[in-house]
Amino acid sequence: MDAGLLAQYVMNGLMLGMMYALVAVGFTLFFGVLDVIKFSHGDVLTVGAFAALASYVGLRTLGLNSNWLELVVMLAVAILAMAFLGMAIARYLVLPLRSAPALNTLLITLMLGTVLRESVRLFYPQGANPKPFPALLPRASIDLGAFNLRLDNVLMLTAGVLVIVGIQYLLNRTKLGLAIRAVAQDEETARTMGINFTAIVLVTFALGSGLAAFAGVMNGLYYNEINFGIGLYLGVVGFSAAIIGGLGSIYGAILGGFLFAGLQTIGTVMLPFASAYKDVFAFAVVIAIMAWRPTGLIREKISERV
Amino acid sequence: MSTTPKIALIAALVLGVAAGAADAKDKVKVGFIGPLTGGVSVNGLGGRNSADLAVRLRNADPKSKYEYEMVVLDDECKPNVAVQVATKMAADKDIIAGATHYCSVTAIATVDTYHKFNFPVIVWGAVLPDITYRNKYEEVHRVNGTMINQNDANAELVSKLGYKTVAVIHDTTDYGKGHNEYFSKALAKIGQAKIVGTFGVTADQQDFTAELTKIKALNPDVIYFGGLTPIGVRIRSQMDKLGIKAAFDGTSGIVSDAYIQGLGPLAEGTLAFREGAPAEKLPGGKFFTEKYNAQKYDNPPEAYGPFAYAAMDMILDTIEKVGPDRKKVIADLANVKDRDSIVGKITFDDHGQNTVPVITKYVVQDGKFVEWDDSEYASGKRKLPGQK
Repeated sequence: MDAGLLAQYVMNGLMLGMMYALVAVGFTLFFGVLDVIKFSHGDVLTVGAFAALASYVGLRTLGLNSNWLELVVMLAVAILAMAFLGMAIARYLVLPLRSAPALNTLLITLMLGTVLRESVRLFYPQGANPKPFPALLPRASIDLGAFNLRLDNVLMLTAGVLVIVGIQYLLNRTKLGLAIRAVAQDEETARTMGINFTAIVLVTFALGSGLAAFAGVMNGLYYNEINFGIGLYLGVVGFSAAIIGGLGSIYGAILGGFLFAGLQTIGTVMLPFASAYKDVFAFAVVIAIMAWRPTGLIREKISERV
Repeated sequence: MSTTPKIALIAALVLGVAAGAADAKDKVKVGFIGPLTGGVSVNGLGGRNSADLAVRLRNADPKSKYEYEMVVLDDECKPNVAVQVATKMAADKDIIAGATHYCSVTAIATVDTYHKFNFPVIVWGAVLPDITYRNKYEEVHRVNGTMINQNDANAELVSKLGYKTVAVIHDTTDYGKGHNEYFSKALAKIGQAKIVGTFGVTADQQDFTAELTKIKALNPDVIYFGGLTPIGVRIRSQMDKLGIKAAFDGTSGIVSDAYIQGLGPLAEGTLAFREGAPAEKLPGGKFFTEKYNAQKYDNPPEAYGPFAYAAMDMILDTIEKVGPDRKKVIADLANVKDRDSIVGKITFDDHGQNTVPVITKYVVQDGKFVEWDDSEYASGKRKLPGQK
């Protein structure tokens, strides 16, 4: 295969993997602190993307025309709004069900996901249609043979890496991160050490949901199109990625995200049969990995989660 | 509740019903099924509004013998849901006939159900030939043409424009697979252009960069797309991201305002084909558009709205003529010949298929689907990518 083409596939895979990884990290964070699976995560991403789009439309009506300023405002609105939504979900749906079986949380968030998705469809103007998402990043690109290297893709990848590094730093190097890790390890002990359990849970949900909003905006900027269904699929893939990486481990989630994107690309490019089977291939490999290592590729240390 | 008020209440109800029946017409129920939620719901809602318009106009007509009530069900463009709602509708003996389905996958999934329940339907949007031609069910009819006709016209135009190589992307539903099959056949028959690669994709896929990168390496003149608007928008926009310069050639599945809204300027130069003609060129198009706008519906009728109207109107005509009886309606629909409708003359063949295959070729020009023959692309003023 020609090198330019290969580079193009790698770039496609990296972009896809970055979005999957951002979603997977959210799943892993929630599981870390509360041992719950929050299935509405993907749909929070959708709402985040639409919040960004709405603020873009709002800014345009105000007559603003600077791409960078718009992007910053869109990101801020989307991330803050979703962080708030995440906290509300944790406070009013997840925490009250703490003593109920885990299945209840799973079901209630699954239903909430449907509510969010259908609300976007019904209440966003013409929400059932695919919506164009503005291309706010510089559109410069270099043609290297079959490889079309785009500046916006490079910027998005860099931003994604920075966000993940930032999360890592936050968890491992700050007091807040210490508190989150303490809660993940042992709730009771953390409480006796004077950590405000509820506050830490809320912050973690805000963090994970903010990440989803970031991934949603990235999704919009990458494809220049969003629709009310984007989160459903990203949620399933992100969840699978978190599982194969090892639920509870941040590195695992990132690894899982990129692995899944790689499998899909390989499924399309390398396999002799129609590309329609790429998901069949990717998910079949996920099943095989889970059979091989039921706790995920990066096993969670007994004493540490998150 | 004590006994006396209960009796009084019942008496009041009976009296009320009797009084109501004295001056009102008999109520007759008819059905409508389309995708009202999900990715193609704009088309479903447009169809529902158009069918609703037919019912409202009929109810407003003092000469009509019955008062009609339209029962609306949502098939979500999913075969499993469609079979459930079709069974629900067909099993309700009060519903006499129905205008059903925009999506081919749902229409083909439900024909057996309608046959089993002897429920007469007129398909208003789905274009898969098998819906009418796989079986010979007297219950199933269709006012719009099939994808065989539109793909013949498509292959002819692609060949005429001098294109030599085509890559095909189709969704793997019956709809997309049918398009792939009939387009490939039609193109091979003309023998000018050849297909360099065929890619099946899932109907809700988000990322097409892997497929498109592979297509980029094949360097085709044209990318043919057999599928519906949501993924059509994604494929066209991701083509641009990867710097693919091929012409984009779609089917009836992308002829909707949503396609243009979803893409903005990128939609320019997209080809598409559809059975029938645009509303304003249809014999009853002006009438339809005026009446539709007067009702102030939330959504536009979209491409197949006039067909939904024609299907429902034909059902109402038939019930007026033979009365609210499924068997009689089926018998009457077996003899539809040169029947006037807003979409032109309708003649059903022995499979219930309308045999008047008017195909309109479209190209997107300045944010509108323009008829090919009226476009600046046909006159040579503008050129499609790679056009000779």
